[in-house]
Amino acid sequence: MDLLRFATAGSVDDGKSTLIGRLLYDSKAVLSDQLAGVERASRDMGAGYTELALLTDGLRAEREQGITIDVAYRYFATAVRKFIIADTPGHLQYTRNMVTGASTADLAIVLVDARTGLKEQSRRHAFLASLLQVPHLVLAVNKMDLVGYSEEAFQAIRAEFSEFAAKLQIADLTVIPVSALNGDNVVDRSPNMPWYEGASLLHHLEHVHIASDRNLVDGRFPVQYVIRPHDREYPDYRGYAGRVAGGVMRPGDDVVVLPSGLPSRIVSIDTADGPVEEAYAPMAVTVRLEDDLDISRGDMICRPHNQPKVSQDIDAMVAWMSESPLRPGLKLAVKHTTRSARALVQDIQYELDVNTLHRNADSSQLGLNSIGRVRLRTTTPLLADEYRRNRETGGFVLIDEQTHDTVGAGMILQA
Amino acid sequence: MAETTRGTLSHLKVLESEAIYIIREVAAEVERPALMFSGGKDSIVMLHLARKAFAPAGIPFQVLHIDTGHNFPEVLDFRDRVVADLGLNLVVGSVQEAIDRGVVREEPNGSRNRIQTPVLLETADKHGFNALLGGARRDEEKSRAKERVFSFRDEFGQWDPKRQRPELWNLYNAKVRVGESMRVFPLSNWTELDIWKYIAAEGIEVPDLYYAQRREVFERHGMLFAVNDLCRPADGEKTFVESVRYRTVGDATLTAAVRSEATTVDLVLAEIASTTVTERGATRGDDRVSEAAMEDRKKEGYF
Repeated sequence: MDLLRFATAGSVDDGKSTLIGRLLYDSKAVLSDQLAGVERASRDMGAGYTELALLTDGLRAEREQGITIDVAYRYFATAVRKFIIADTPGHLQYTRNMVTGASTADLAIVLVDARTGLKEQSRRHAFLASLLQVPHLVLAVNKMDLVGYSEEAFQAIRAEFSEFAAKLQIADLTVIPVSALNGDNVVDRSPNMPWYEGASLLHHLEHVHIASDRNLVDGRFPVQYVIRPHDREYPDYRGYAGRVAGGVMRPGDDVVVLPSGLPSRIVSIDTADGPVEEAYAPMAVTVRLEDDLDISRGDMICRPHNQPKVSQDIDAMVAWMSESPLRPGLKLAVKHTTRSARALVQDIQYELDVNTLHRNADSSQLGLNSIGRVRLRTTTPLLADEYRRNRETGGFVLIDEQTHDTVGAGMILQA
Repeated sequence: MAETTRGTLSHLKVLESEAIYIIREVAAEVERPALMFSGGKDSIVMLHLARKAFAPAGIPFQVLHIDTGHNFPEVLDFRDRVVADLGLNLVVGSVQEAIDRGVVREEPNGSRNRIQTPVLLETADKHGFNALLGGARRDEEKSRAKERVFSFRDEFGQWDPKRQRPELWNLYNAKVRVGESMRVFPLSNWTELDIWKYIAAEGIEVPDLYYAQRREVFERHGMLFAVNDLCRPADGEKTFVESVRYRTVGDATLTAAVRSEATTVDLVLAEIASTTVTERGATRGDDRVSEAAMEDRKKEGYF
C-alpha cells in the first residue's frame, strides 16, 4: 500500500466539507462516536441537519464562529492506498493555508459549484496549486444534482477552466462532475451522468500514478546529522544521516560534497535494519564515504556531473505570510534543506495578482498573503535547484529574526 | 519490513522515514530535548524510531515521564525495563509528590489528567528541556488534527491555535527564545492502525495489557473497567469475568478496557480494522467532558 497526500481547496459554500465527509464516511474513517459528537454539536447549534463541517472544524473558535481557522489533517485508507488530506479553508488566510497544505501534496482538489461556475477563488486555488507545483490537479464540479446533471453545464465550466489552466504549469488536470451530497461520482460512477465516461473521484485518487513524480535523476542528499558513536563497538564510525531529496544513490557512486566541492565515493548506505543497495527519495538513510572529510549539517552530497547551484544570489517567488510587510532591506533567517543562513531582501521585481496573474512591477512591498518575485542575497551560499525541478531542494522558508515566526515561503526560480 | 519497488515506498516506510527525519531535526536544532516515554504503545513506537534514527549510535536524548500515580503497574515495569535495556537516563516528574507539596490539588472527579500539566511544565523547566518529543497523533482528536509537527509553546507552555507557525514542505522551524519551548510530534501523520501495523512489521514488544486476557471487570457509564488497585467497583456495580484488552493505557482510574479476543498482534490488527469507535471514545472517560476538552487542556500546556 502506498501513500497519497492531497489538499482540498474551496469554501463551505462549494460543498467541500460535505465532499470530505462523504470520502471519510464511505471509507469508514468516521466512526460512530465521532458522528454522534457531530450530531450532538449540530443540535446544540440549532442546525436541523448534521453539519458535516463539524467533523473537520474542531477548535472552539471555529465552532463558535462557524469558520475554519487553519489547515486540518485527516486520514483514511482504502484497500489500495492510504490518504492524508490537508483540508485548507477557502477564505481566511487563504494563501498561507493553501500554500502550506499544497507544499507537501501529490494532488490538489479544487471545488466549484456547478450552478455558479468558476469564481475568482477557484482560479486562485488553481494558481496556488500550480505555483507550489502540485503534480496532479482535480477540478471537482460539485452540486451537479442542482443543474439537472447537465452535460452542457459541466462542459462549459470545464472549457472555461481549461483555458485558464493553459496559462499555468499544470502537469495533469482531471475534471470530474460530482454531487457530494448524493454521492454521485464520489466513490462510485453515477448512473445519473451516463455521459461522463471518466473515473469516480475516489477511483482517481486510488489510481493516479504518483511513482514518477519524485525526482529520480538529480542525486541530492542534504546532510542532516552526523552520526559518530565513539564507542568500543564502533570506534571510527562516521555516517552522514539524512533523507534523500532526489536521484538514486548506490554504494560505489562517485560523489562530490558541497559547498566544499571535495570528491569522494560512497562506501555504504546504512539503515538500522542493515545496509541497502540503493536509496531514493524520501528514504531516511546514513551514508558513509571513503574519505575522511570535514562534513557537517547543511552540506550536500551529490554527483560530480549533476550539481545544484552554489549561490548567494537567489531569485525566488515568495508567498508572504506576515502582517509586517516584506520590503527591500529587510533581513531574515532562511531555512533551505537542512541549511540555515541569513538573507537580505535586495528588491521586489514584481507582485503577482493571484486572481488575474497580472504582474505589478511598481510594487514596493509584499503585504500579508501577497506573492511576488524577490531577489535575496544570503550570508552563506545555498545549494539551490530550481523549484520546478525539485520541490525539496528548491523550496525554502523565511523566518523573522526577532519573533522567530515563519513569515514567508520561497520557491527558487534562479540561483 | 517488505521490500518495495523504486519510487513507491510503502506507506509505513514513508511514515517511518518522515518520523526519523523529524527526530533527527530535533537532535540537530534543539539544545536540550527530551523524549516523553510512558510505556504506552505510541511512545514505544517513537522510542523505537529514535533508536533507528541514530543507529549505530545511541539515542542522544534524555527520557521524561510524568508519573500521575495512576499508572498501570505493568506499564511502569515495562517502561523501566525498556529504559534500562537502552541505557537511557529517565527523568520522572511525580504528580503525587506535587500534590503532597501542595503545588497542585486533586480534582473532584479524581482524574489527574489536567493536574499533570503543571507537573510536566515544572519538570521540563527544572531540567531545562526546551523541546519535548511526544507520541501524539493527529487522528486521535479534533484539536490535534490542527496542531503542527513542531508545535510552539509560549513561556507558559501554552498552545495558541491562532498563532501557529505555517509549516511548509519538510522545513521545520524549531527556533525559540529563552523560556519558550517546542512540542514535537513525529507520529503526527500516523493512525492507530498504522501504529499497530508497524508494531507487527517491526516485531515491537508492547505491554501485555494491549492483548486480550480474561479479567474481572465491571460496567460504568457504558464502559468496561477492569478491577485493579486503582479502580474498584462502587456499591451496586457488579463484577464479572470477560475477555478484554486495553486500546490505550492512560490514567488507570479512568481508562476502560474493550471486549476483545485479540491475543496476538495480528488479531489486534483485524479488530482495529473493523472497529466502529475511536480509541479515545472507547476508553477515555476524561475526553467525554466536552467537545473541546483536549483543546482546553492543550491551551494550559498539556501534550
